[in-house]
Amino acid sequence: MSTGPGLESLVDQQISVITNDGRNIVGVLKGFDQATNIILDESHERVYSTKEGVQQLVLGLYIIRGDNISIVGEVDEELDAHLDLSNLRAHPLKPVIH
Amino acid sequence: MLFFSYFKDLVGREVTVELKNDLAIRGTLHSVDQYLNIKLENTRVVDQDKYPHMLSVRNCFIRGSVVRYVQLPPDGVDVDLLHDATRREARGG
Repeated sequence: MSTGPGLESLVDQQISVITNDGRNIVGVLKGFDQATNIILDESHERVYSTKEGVQQLVLGLYIIRGDNISIVGEVDEELDAHLDLSNLRAHPLKPVIH
Repeated sequence: MLFFSYFKDLVGREVTVELKNDLAIRGTLHSVDQYLNIKLENTRVVDQDKYPHMLSVRNCFIRGSVVRYVQLPPDGVDVDLLHDATRREARGG
């Protein structure tokens, strides 16, 4: 993340998006605009629950409207590879309340 | 514009951003833009056991619209200076 405040430094990288309704979608950033609308390729959703490990749902090519985005995180591939998702349990994130 | 300039002066400092979904993220302020979108580096979630959703994220972009609070370093604000600046802006420049 060397350049200015935009998302250009993350294009073609694996990113993790947290949406306002508390979902976590991971994929490759293909495009974005000033309103933080985002195009994600090869995306999947990571569903957190306290009953079982993290479930991964394949979504494919996705466009997420900027209004609905909370966080765009750069995925550190090495840290991500060491995550044991099948044994990770947590409550789903709460939705954003404006 | 005032708070945009204010946050630009805080670049490089350690801040904690609390979001409207109760998540709190601590990191070094990398940049800020006109919408008060914030980029943080070397981030960690304050309660990682409760919120393990960002364990593989070290740099992140936070949309300005979901920020509830930004917790600043104690010496990060000159109250008198900010008072003067806000009054000046309220008078219209």
